[in-house]
Amino acid sequence: MIEVRNVTKQYGSKNVVENVSVKIAKGKITSFIGPNGAGKSTLLSMISRLLTKDQGEVFIEGQEIGQAKSSELAKKISILKQSNHITVRLTIRELVSFGRFPYSQGNLTKEDWKYVDEAIQYLELTDIQHKYLDQLSGGQRQRAYIAMVVAQNTEYVLLDEPLNNLDMKHSVQIMKVLRRLVDEMGKTVVIVIHDINFASVYSDYIVALKDGKVVKEGTTDEIITRPILKDVYDMDIHIEDIDENKICVYFA
Amino acid sequence: MKKRYLVVALILLSFVSLFIGVKDISPLELFNLTDDKVQVLWISRIPRLISIIIAGISMSIAGLIMQQLTRNKFVSPTTAGTEDSVRFGILVSLLVFADASSWVRLLVAFAFALLGTFVFMKILERIKFKDSIFIPLVGLMFGNIVGSITTFFAYKHDLMQNMSAWLHGDFSTIMKGSYELLYISIPLVIIAYLYANKFTIAGMGEEFAINLGLNYKHVVNIGLVIVACVTSVVILTVGTIPFLGLIIPNLVTIYLGDNLKKSLSHTALLGAVFVLACDILGRLIIFPYEISIGLMVGVIGSGMFVYLLMRRKAYEQ
Repeated sequence: MIEVRNVTKQYGSKNVVENVSVKIAKGKITSFIGPNGAGKSTLLSMISRLLTKDQGEVFIEGQEIGQAKSSELAKKISILKQSNHITVRLTIRELVSFGRFPYSQGNLTKEDWKYVDEAIQYLELTDIQHKYLDQLSGGQRQRAYIAMVVAQNTEYVLLDEPLNNLDMKHSVQIMKVLRRLVDEMGKTVVIVIHDINFASVYSDYIVALKDGKVVKEGTTDEIITRPILKDVYDMDIHIEDIDENKICVYFA
Repeated sequence: MKKRYLVVALILLSFVSLFIGVKDISPLELFNLTDDKVQVLWISRIPRLISIIIAGISMSIAGLIMQQLTRNKFVSPTTAGTEDSVRFGILVSLLVFADASSWVRLLVAFAFALLGTFVFMKILERIKFKDSIFIPLVGLMFGNIVGSITTFFAYKHDLMQNMSAWLHGDFSTIMKGSYELLYISIPLVIIAYLYANKFTIAGMGEEFAINLGLNYKHVVNIGLVIVACVTSVVILTVGTIPFLGLIIPNLVTIYLGDNLKKSLSHTALLGAVFVLACDILGRLIIFPYEISIGLMVGVIGSGMFVYLLMRRKAYEQ
């Protein structure tokens, strides 16, 4: 379990994240939703130690992340950010092999390569594994990064807007992969996501943030309701049940 | 390009290099050389060959490390103010410790190189506009500012002639006893090999590095120390070889990508082969006189630099 206790982050005098406490359950997909500037990404970055927190504590399986060694945390928690999308010329296979760095420090054993092969297979990248990242489409590249995280084999997988710049087909593909990570491999996935309907259809828990504070957290059914969404987004959102999914209609 | 072609080219060119010069030494008489020819080989030709190879390898690798750490293909000791800082350091060492040993001079030059590169990295952090052409331009400007300070004090203290020796790379002055400082580069190159994976990860950005549990700042600092030290050593013994650290890594990246574990040895070999070829050419064109390596690499290198810039444009559109 990840437990966030009274975490605060300030930029200047502005509290971007203010006194936030949440618990993230194991073996589930938890989505952070909220309008722009709600502090979702900042919170995710603090949980994953990319950003230092000004106040509060983050416990991963009982251990405070500030006390833990970064190289050890890399075996427990992984984070993919949009800015990870780099211009470095590596092949998919090379990139995925770096996922084993926390275990091998770069000298991969046979077992490490087994993880790499499995991760590539899992994301259906075997045919194109020797292609360079800059030759890939957005969806393929996103899958390559997720493959790296799969090879990193951490209990917790954090993703910051994994659907950014992807079309519908690839967005669905990525969300299905994340679902499989949870259902088949027992991972815990935390995502920051903008599309409320992807959050609604694919996640187990939702944490709704606004102005750096948690408005409400709970199961998807509890959060995807008219009054709560109104509170979060300041919009009157119509919710339809379609094939047992709650779909928000907010276009008009 | 296969690695073994590069190795063959290096051996071949090394052999050729040994037998070019005013004193006519033929490979055929290798086993019954007269005393003076043996001396020419030991005092001049072999030291020259060794220094060419070490300088070629280490400057190319320094460039590769810089490009990886700044995540910019156009950053190198030439375009980040490192070389100018080294020359400033040398000037300071001349002014303050007039009769300093080459060790003291190296230490001062190294300190300045490190400081200069560090300042450049700090400027880089502050720049919001991370266009890949803009950054080396900032580096060149920064270098020119440092360079003008150097020129000012050099004029004032009548040291311009001394300084120009370090401005210009030249292997013709290399002799037994004057190049041994270059050997310092060898352990640095070995460290670069050991850190290859870490440099690759650092090249993917700080957040990426933290995710994988890498101590990003530590790795960047080690990279900068290697770059500063190698640059100081090469400039002090050979002089400036412009663009070398820029074009060689870029050429290798085109066909091998950015995985340092793969590209480092190619970069090293190609660097040595390139400098060796330029040196041989420079010694032959106006034989028995010489065109200095600084000029040769400068001319060929800047041409290739323009080509790389154009290629990048074509590639982006």
